[in-house]
Amino acid sequence: MAMTMTQKILADHAGLEYVVPGQLIKAKVDMVLGNDITSPVAISEFRKTGFKKVFDVNKIAIVPDHFTPNKDIKSAEQVRYIREFVKEMGIVHFFEVGQMGVEHALLPEKGLVVAGDVVIGADSHTCTYGALGAFSTGVGSTDMAAAMATGEAWFKVPEAIKFILKGKPGRWVSGKDIILHIIGMIGVDGALYKSMEFTGDGISHLGMDDRFTIANMAIEAGAKNGIFPVDEKTIEYMKEHSTKPYKIYEADEDAEYSKVYTIDFSEIKPTVAFPHLPENTRTIDQVGDIKIHQVVIGSCTNGRISDLRIAAEVMKGRKVHPDVRCIIIPATQKIWKQAMKEGLFDIFIDAGAAISTPTCGPCLGGHMGILAKGERAVATTNRNFVGRMGHTESEVYLASPAIAAASAIAGRIASPDEL
Amino acid sequence: MKIRGKVIKYGDNIDTDVIIPARYLNTHDPSELAKHCMEDIDRTFHSRVKPGDIIVAGKNFGCGSSREHAPIAIKASGISCVIAETFARIFYRNAINIGLPILECPEAAKAINDGDEVAVDLAAGKIYNLTSGCEYTAAPFPDFMQEIINADGLMGYIKRKAAKATES
Ligand code: SF4
Repeated sequence: MAMTMTQKILADHAGLEYVVPGQLIKAKVDMVLGNDITSPVAISEFRKTGFKKVFDVNKIAIVPDHFTPNKDIKSAEQVRYIREFVKEMGIVHFFEVGQMGVEHALLPEKGLVVAGDVVIGADSHTCTYGALGAFSTGVGSTDMAAAMATGEAWFKVPEAIKFILKGKPGRWVSGKDIILHIIGMIGVDGALYKSMEFTGDGISHLGMDDRFTIANMAIEAGAKNGIFPVDEKTIEYMKEHSTKPYKIYEADEDAEYSKVYTIDFSEIKPTVAFPHLPENTRTIDQVGDIKIHQVVIGSCTNGRISDLRIAAEVMKGRKVHPDVRCIIIPATQKIWKQAMKEGLFDIFIDAGAAISTPTCGPCLGGHMGILAKGERAVATTNRNFVGRMGHTESEVYLASPAIAAASAIAGRIASPDEL
Repeated sequence: MKIRGKVIKYGDNIDTDVIIPARYLNTHDPSELAKHCMEDIDRTFHSRVKPGDIIVAGKNFGCGSSREHAPIAIKASGISCVIAETFARIFYRNAINIGLPILECPEAAKAINDGDEVAVDLAAGKIYNLTSGCEYTAAPFPDFMQEIINADGLMGYIKRKAAKATES
């Protein structure tokens, strides 16, 4: 029975020889994740149902990242509620302000997820860890509660779409441009309920940070998960960050895919998603003159060190446009420190940008950079829905760190080549 | 379970940010959430929704974040059922897990109009448009999901299983 990479991982975790698309299974999970928005709901479900203990104190990660450092009293109460639960249960992987980072940048960095794992998270961008060759997917708070109690989750085995990646990306083309290009091509429901399996020798040109960005936005095409094969770069990353044993799964040669797309990196141009859907993409040369008021560089999509390096390369020796607020949010403390050591902060501050402690903040319109009526932002985040970053009549344009940094300088959506 | 109510209709890609904006996620109290349900796309929703009303929508309903606050806000608003052409997958499982009835039925979702009076027979997957007289059939739930719904959601289901396991 030929299986895709995702199907093999699921079969193994369900204790089955093989699985077929559409089959409902129960699988063991290697990590259960929650944040400051979703965990309180999960905890009250867990408590209501009367469970006394979690299934494994080492296999639950709770990261208060959305409204932290707490922006108001209600948010503070929510995290206090979580903190009490964490203490009572003895949950090991809880990340307080000071150690905290945006969850999907933090978990791989802390070595909590490795190849072959099954991970569920009460956050839709849990699909990020597919970059490591793990099956990871977003679920709701009740799923989180159930998994904390039993160590299992139910899944419908997905069909898969295969993306054959080839060629070498051009200058200023990053993982963000590749995934925006793909979402523009297949639409926000183009992979609904399915896995997106990436393959092909183009992958060798992508660093881990680019792969995290691509897997992160699989959900923006409606996918259940996105997954990359494991290569030397993945193994090197895991050796550097984790002591957990990993397992490499490969799709069978004759596995069935509901669709196959071939993507040639050399044909992709820097890409921007216009409001109010990630599928409304245009290449940078078709953008036109769009004045902006804010730039946000950060989030679980593009707040990693290589993202900050590219932004700094573009902003070096230049000034943020007087009509623009530029906010830079390194995704974790480790990334923050690294950026500081490399002198990237000097570049950002001299350019007139603000640097924030790690938080989701403006990505979901929480705090730290909310838009007023009629304002436009270029953000390296992953969603540009109505009201996502503030007022319902504000607009978010999704782009790579290079485009975002260049736009901050130009005061309009621009490529670094135009500076 | 028999359901009957007036239809409130929306288009494609209704995302969780408009169902319940993130600025209200500093609470998980259902009645608080219900006050802001749909407000970024439809300011009149909260004032006109009546217990039993049914939401009918297009493709990819509930896309975006995993916030269970979205189906919770809809349920707490008094909505008895959501019918859509398709649902985003996390929303789909969240709705099942918290016991908000949802049906995927493209024909019904396309044909039913705002303000129509609709009745639903969940067990049979039947949708009756009492205004137009048309009838539709949605794909029935697989047994496993039916069990979750009968146990009043996933946590009830797990408890039942755990209780059975200790008995035997
Ligand atoms: S950075 Fe944005 S998309 Fe990522 S977890 Fe935080 S709110 Fe969600």
